[in-house]
Order: sequence, then structure tokens, then C-alpha cells
Amino acid sequence: MTTATARISRPGHSATAPSRDNRPRNTRSRERALAWARRAPLLPALIFLIIVTQLPFVVTLIISFLNWNSLSPDKTAFAGLENYVTVLTDPDLRQAIFTTILLTVSVVLFSLLIGLGLALLLDKKFIGRGLARTLLIAPFLVVPVAAALIWKHALLNPTYGLINGILTWAWSLFGSATPPQLDLLSQAPLMAVIVSLVWQWTPFMMLILLAGLQSRPMDTVEAAQMDGATPWGIFRHLTLPHLRQYIELGGLLGAIYIVQNFDSVFTLTAGGLGTANLPYAIYQTFYFANEYGLASAAGVVVVIGTIIVATFALRTVFSLFKKEAAR
Amino acid sequence: MSTLTAHQSTSPASGALNARSSRRSFGRFGGKTRMDPTRNNTAAGIAAWLLALLFATPVLWMILTSFHSETDAATNPPSIAANLTLDAYKEFFGASSGVSPWPPMINSATASILSTVLVLALAIPAAYALSIRPVRKWTDVMFFFLSTKMMPVVAAILPLYLFARTVGALDNIWFLILMYTSMNLPIAVWMMRSFLAEVPEEMLEAAQIDGANLLLILRKIIAPVAMPGIAATALICFIFSWNELLLARVLTGVVAGTAPVFLTGFVSGQGLFLAKVCAAAVVISLPVLFAGFAAQDKLVQGLSLGAVK
Repeated sequence: MTTATARISRPGHSATAPSRDNRPRNTRSRERALAWARRAPLLPALIFLIIVTQLPFVVTLIISFLNWNSLSPDKTAFAGLENYVTVLTDPDLRQAIFTTILLTVSVVLFSLLIGLGLALLLDKKFIGRGLARTLLIAPFLVVPVAAALIWKHALLNPTYGLINGILTWAWSLFGSATPPQLDLLSQAPLMAVIVSLVWQWTPFMMLILLAGLQSRPMDTVEAAQMDGATPWGIFRHLTLPHLRQYIELGGLLGAIYIVQNFDSVFTLTAGGLGTANLPYAIYQTFYFANEYGLASAAGVVVVIGTIIVATFALRTVFSLFKKEAAR
Repeated sequence: MSTLTAHQSTSPASGALNARSSRRSFGRFGGKTRMDPTRNNTAAGIAAWLLALLFATPVLWMILTSFHSETDAATNPPSIAANLTLDAYKEFFGASSGVSPWPPMINSATASILSTVLVLALAIPAAYALSIRPVRKWTDVMFFFLSTKMMPVVAAILPLYLFARTVGALDNIWFLILMYTSMNLPIAVWMMRSFLAEVPEEMLEAAQIDGANLLLILRKIIAPVAMPGIAATALICFIFSWNELLLARVLTGVVAGTAPVFLTGFVSGQGLFLAKVCAAAVVISLPVLFAGFAAQDKLVQGLSLGAVK
């Protein structure tokens, strides 16, 4: 196989793989050249990504040890771990860490649960299933900023939002002129952010879990049915174990995106009333407060947190991935 | 995911499989097992439809409100049957304010399309070197790509901002295009690798034995399998770039501002604006809705980075 593949590679990569194969003592250099010919298509992407993502992070790491406020640049000095101490002790930033964790965990959990329910329903055949599926995907295909604006103004607004409108209408059906009126945005703003994000992410979880369900071996399920297993028993002992890796994958990918969420917090509540998560707090710290050192330290803390979560989560992706690689 | 099904279908012993298939054919005449799924389906269908409508309500409400007048849009209880009008759309396109939404929308389109082209130009060769002719330790490379996606944008945004300010690239669409390229590149590499891995190895070998050159192999064997994958990758990268707010907000301003940035600055006006906001949200979401529904078949594979098919 290797010689054959080497032959197809040559025309495309002759520039990077000079072939001097007429002398035997050059075999090793030729092998090296072939290895580089293999790597060549990979290098542009790899180099580009290292420059644009890794280099800035190294700079962030350096700035995080500096006392640097761009409004008083002459006071810039080495600060040691001072910024990190501030991140972990400043009440606002500590609150932001807590909010980020609460937001991520609850959104991932609820959207997974609802997504699982919807996937189980969509796995059955019924009239108009395709259309129902399309309707269910729609929330994921609204621009996040637009979705947040709609939630803020058209749905959750305490005076004319749809939710309170429906409450008024429903109560008036029973002759009541004093319907309960919610004001989620000022009474439970974090809940408002969570609800809108669960609405946006449920379709994503549903799609992944539905794909998992549809790859389920049906003969096992039918056999279990023959053996008199209850639907709950089948779900508990056959479906759920099969879905486990899909649930983990959905959770991991959802967490990666929701930890970084900026749009919803920025648009719905502008980070007020305890809804500022770390991305929003960091944005404020450097964009408005100009505390470059502190913002960088907070950024490094986010990365450390993500690495901790990711080492657990990566193992999951890896198990899925290894199976495919072993194909 | 084909590997998962393969994995499971091989696991039951052949004896058990025979026993099951005979029992299954018995069950076909058993009556009860045929009735149960049907009954469940009706209930499941109703439940699914109710939930689908519930989930779609905000979207449908947004579309309906965008066709209402401002006074009809902001009532409690809601005026569902109010007269339809295009006023909100006229307002959004600057009928009275004179502020046109076209420059930010063109910026968004430029940034999304050009970054997607760049992503594909970098990701397809990389995926080729990770699947069809894999480099040694290609799994490590894959995980390096994924790990860059796990690093939150906020952890790198300050140096990027400072760099852009120093070299005068702030408020420049090209800098944003490079940022979007790096943002989507890991996703695209993972997706493209999973699509290219579907190219049948036997066909590659057969072509080599027949002495086909690389161009011919690319055109005749790889392209037909990879084209739908490339399309899906492009659509998903387009969606992510079109939606992006944080980088655009920090790195652009008056000249290069994108549609999401425009949208956030849109609601500062006084008075009734609900219908206008809905019209704006509809117009700006339309490209994403089209791209998303166009990629619907491959959406799962794309969003799960190729791990699920």
C-alpha cells in the first residue's frame, strides 16, 4: 500500500518532496521526504491555527501576570499572582464563575432531558413527522442575538410579552380581570437566560439523540418485547445504555458552546442582576474597565476550568472516535 | 454512525439471532405486538406535534408580529388576528430613520462567505492528510484541532484586539475573516475527515493499480463522495460565522460591523419598536434558516463533528 500511495502523492506534492531516489544512501532522506509529502497538506491549517489561537493565548498568559490598566499605562508592572488572587476573591468575578457553572450545567441538563423526550417521540412513525421535526429544529436556526431579542421583547416583556399576554387571555376566559403576570427578566433574570438557551439548544440535543436512537439494533428490542419486557424495561436496559455515548457527546459539545455564551447574557440582561458569566465579565473587564491584566487572568482561569472538564469529556469523544478509527 | 451499527450487529451470536428472527416472525401473527406500536404512535404523534408547536411558537410569533403594525404588536392580551402590514419591514430598511441595514448585512455576508472559502481551502487538504493518506499520529493531530475549539474565545480576545489596534486592523473586515477562519477550521477539519473517511479504500487501491494519477483520483473517486460533505461543512461554517457576536462586537465598529452587531444596537430607540425588532430578526435569520434547512440531512453529522451519522 505504501508504495502505491507514494505514487499517487507525487504529482501533487512534487515541490515539497524532491525525489532523489537514484542512489541507495539516500533512502532515508527519501523516506523523510515522503513523510513530509504526507504532512504537507496538513501544515497550512496547522500553522494557521497555531498562529491565530495558540500565540494569542501565550500573550494572554503573559499579560495575566502584569498589572496593566490601559488608562494608566505608566503604572504597568509585574504583578505576580495578584490578578489571580483578585479573580478568585473579587465578589463579582467569583459570582461570574458560579454563574457560568450554573448556567452551563442547567442548560446542558435540561436541553438533554427535553431533547431525549423529543427524540423518543420522533423515533416513532406518525403523520407529519418530517414537518414536526423541521418545526423542532427551527429554534436552533434563529440567529442567537435575534433569538435573545425576541425572548426579551416579544415573549418575556412584562407588559406586552406573549407569555403574559397568554396568561391574560387564559384568565379572561374564566372571567378573571386579575391574571398573574410574570416578570422573569427582573425577578429571575438568570432563569430567563436559561430558558431561552434551553429553547435554543434542545433541537441540537434532539438531533444527536435521534441519530443515536435510529442506529439502535432493532432485533434486540423486538426480542426483548417478545420476552415480555415492559417499555420502561426496554428503555432502561437497552435504549439508555446504547444512547449513553450520544448523551455524553451532546453534553460535551453543548458544554463547549454554552460555557462561552456571550450573546444571550449580553442581549437579555446585559449581565445585570447576577447573570454575568465569565465571558461577559471578561469582556467588561477589558473593554470598559480597561483592566487588561485582570481580564487576562480571568481568561486563563476559564481555560483551566475548560481543560478540567475537557479531560473528562475528551475521553468520551475518544471512545466514539476510536471505534471509528478502528474501522 | 455506521461503526456503531456495525459494532452492535456483530455482537449477538448467530444462534441467538436465528432464535430471535424465528420469534419475530411468530410475533408478526401474534396480534398484540402489532397493535401496541400503532396505539403508541398516535399518542406519540399528538405529543410530538404539541411539543413541536410549543417549540416553534416563538419563531412563528416572531414572524407574525413582524407583519403587524407597532400598535397591534404591543398589546396584552395579544392581537393575533390583527391586520397584516409590511410597515415593520419598511422601517427596518430605513424608511423613516434613513439608516440602511444593508452595509452590516453585506459585511456579514462577506465575512461569512470568504471565511468559509478560506476554511475549506485549509481544511480539505488537512482532512486528506488525516484520512486518505494519514500522517503518523493523526489522532493526536485531530485532538489538537479539537482542543483549540475548547479554548474560549475570551481567553484570546485581548491579545487579538491589541494586535489589531497596533497594526490598524480594527474595524477591518479582513481581520474578522481571519478570526472566523480560525474559529471554524477545527470544526471543518473534523467534519471533512469524517466525510473523506467514507471514500472506499478498495476503489482508491484499484485506481492506483490502474495507474490513475492524483488529479483523476480526486476528481473521479474522492469528489463524488466528498461533495455533499463539503457542502454541509460550508453551510455549517457559514451559519457559525453569520451568528458570531463577541469577536465582531470587539473587533469591528462603524465600517465593518456585522448584522448581529447591528441588531444589538438596533433597540436603543424610544417608543414602540416590537414589530420592527421582529422584522429585523426575521430578515437577519433568513440566511441561517435557509442554510440550516439546506444542510438538514447532514446537520447531525456536522454538528457532532462527524462523530454521529
